[in-house]
Amino acid sequence: MMLKGTVHKYGVNVDTDVIIPARYCNVSEPAELALHCMEDIDIDFVKKVKPGDIIVADTNFGCGSSREHAPLAIKAAKVSCVIAKSFARIFFRNAINIGLPLLESEDAVNSTDSGDVLEVDLSKGEIKNLTRNKTFIAKPYPDFMMKIIEAGGLVDYTRKNTVN
Amino acid sequence: MAKTLSEKILSIRSGSDANAGDIVIVPVDLAFVQDTTGPLTIRQFKETGKKLANPSHTVIFIDHAVPSPNRQLSNDHQFLRNFAREYNCLISDYGNGVCHQLVAELLANPGDIIVGADSHTVTAGAVGAFATGMGSSDIAVAFALGKTWFRVPETFKIEITGKFSEKVDSKDLILYLIGRIGADGATYKALEFSGDAVSKMPMSQRLTIANMAVEAGAKVGIFPSDNITRKHLEKQGRGDKFKELHADDGAKYEKIIKIDASALEPMVSMPHTVDNVAPARTLEGTKIQQVFIGTCTNGRLEDMAIAARILKDKTIHPNVRLIVAPASRNVLSMAIKKGYIDILINAGGTIVPPGCAACLGLHQGVLADGESCLSTANRNFKGRMGNPEASVYLASPATAAASAITGEITDPRKVK
Repeated sequence: MMLKGTVHKYGVNVDTDVIIPARYCNVSEPAELALHCMEDIDIDFVKKVKPGDIIVADTNFGCGSSREHAPLAIKAAKVSCVIAKSFARIFFRNAINIGLPLLESEDAVNSTDSGDVLEVDLSKGEIKNLTRNKTFIAKPYPDFMMKIIEAGGLVDYTRKNTVN
Repeated sequence: MAKTLSEKILSIRSGSDANAGDIVIVPVDLAFVQDTTGPLTIRQFKETGKKLANPSHTVIFIDHAVPSPNRQLSNDHQFLRNFAREYNCLISDYGNGVCHQLVAELLANPGDIIVGADSHTVTAGAVGAFATGMGSSDIAVAFALGKTWFRVPETFKIEITGKFSEKVDSKDLILYLIGRIGADGATYKALEFSGDAVSKMPMSQRLTIANMAVEAGAKVGIFPSDNITRKHLEKQGRGDKFKELHADDGAKYEKIIKIDASALEPMVSMPHTVDNVAPARTLEGTKIQQVFIGTCTNGRLEDMAIAARILKDKTIHPNVRLIVAPASRNVLSMAIKKGYIDILINAGGTIVPPGCAACLGLHQGVLADGESCLSTANRNFKGRMGNPEASVYLASPATAAASAITGEITDPRKVK
């Protein structure tokens, strides 16, 4: 699967409270969550993000609350994937579970700025910075997780793979 | 092979020889949601098309915004109540208190596997449970199948020796540790606490430490199940649930971190990340407009006692609002009986009902632009208390009470 989009870059420890503040957690409609995505860290994010765009961040992206509203808001804002040096544990699992692709690559993050255009080949884990003409390889997913991703998320995986 | 506490529990529950790095499937002893994550979880659970695997071990907590501050949350609460009625699972409604406190008081047993749609589910690690927070999809599937999968975590052993000096407690220790290893210092790892200071540490203080393990990125923050665990369970009328649990001698640790409790001083976590830590004395002069004592981190009877001891016959600073939220109905009831509540209200405090209260910015103490709050909670992220233009500092109940008197961040050792 190929993804392509413009980069919106953030720093370390982007927490789920700034991705989607608790005051919007009573909303479970993804499109409505998307209207407030990143609101407390970048008030203009929703205005500038275009379908396919890519969030790039430093270490520990998605730390804090377990709210799955955070990856849902990012996915519903039509962000195609998030690339970071590292992800917080619960966010990582949540994103996989709802089908938001995440890639870990320290080099890609170091060599990318806001406004760059990236092309990502998810099956190979390849990140191409078209603006700077550089290519990076992200860490592969464990096999166990690939099955969940291929099924379209954990809820679908469970529906398809278990009997009552 | 010699095992860490996490490896031991996951081996027993998966019926396999579980070592760090393995993927295991384990039955879930307790799965729960709260009112901000619950509605999404329940919708996802319904999408699985399954029945509830274990209704008597499934709990809906209504605690994050109680009583409801608005129509949307009221509708969410109604949705949760209807689900509990329809599926015959347990529900904890208004006034009972914060989920993690109630899990510790009433439900968590040593060796249990506990999962909750709330990151501070790690709190139950204090009673020797393997307890961790997950997102809504994972909890929905745990509701449906009664089991979940884990990658067995590598473990950092945190060895605590020595005795806390006066007005220093386990909150200062965990803030210090997070400052030392960083907000992602233990991502994916288990933090296992041991040492002579731990074997004497009361349950209330263990709960504070386990609660904040996730603020270093950890999957669990786990304590041995020992004599103190046994007494805690007996006090709650669950003595029969006690079993002793210790890591094996020779277990493999990825890292060993030693902390001398006697060398610690009152610590404060500064805006806007928990690992931004400094001694309270270095922040003197920092004005605060609100002090919040409560939460799953520090809303226990022992915390009320610490605050009451410092605020007895004192009045809070005229520029400060003091909000106190006992973590459970039992804590509130005991704090009334022991006279702590009387002291706190006469000092100028405002008591709000048991629940999460001001912690996550939904109600009962949202900050104004430019204001600062000193809170005994576990998070100080930007916007956490409902306003991205405000600042949150984290500290112990002693530091919070002392600062309420002076109107600025104050080392509690300075207040007589």
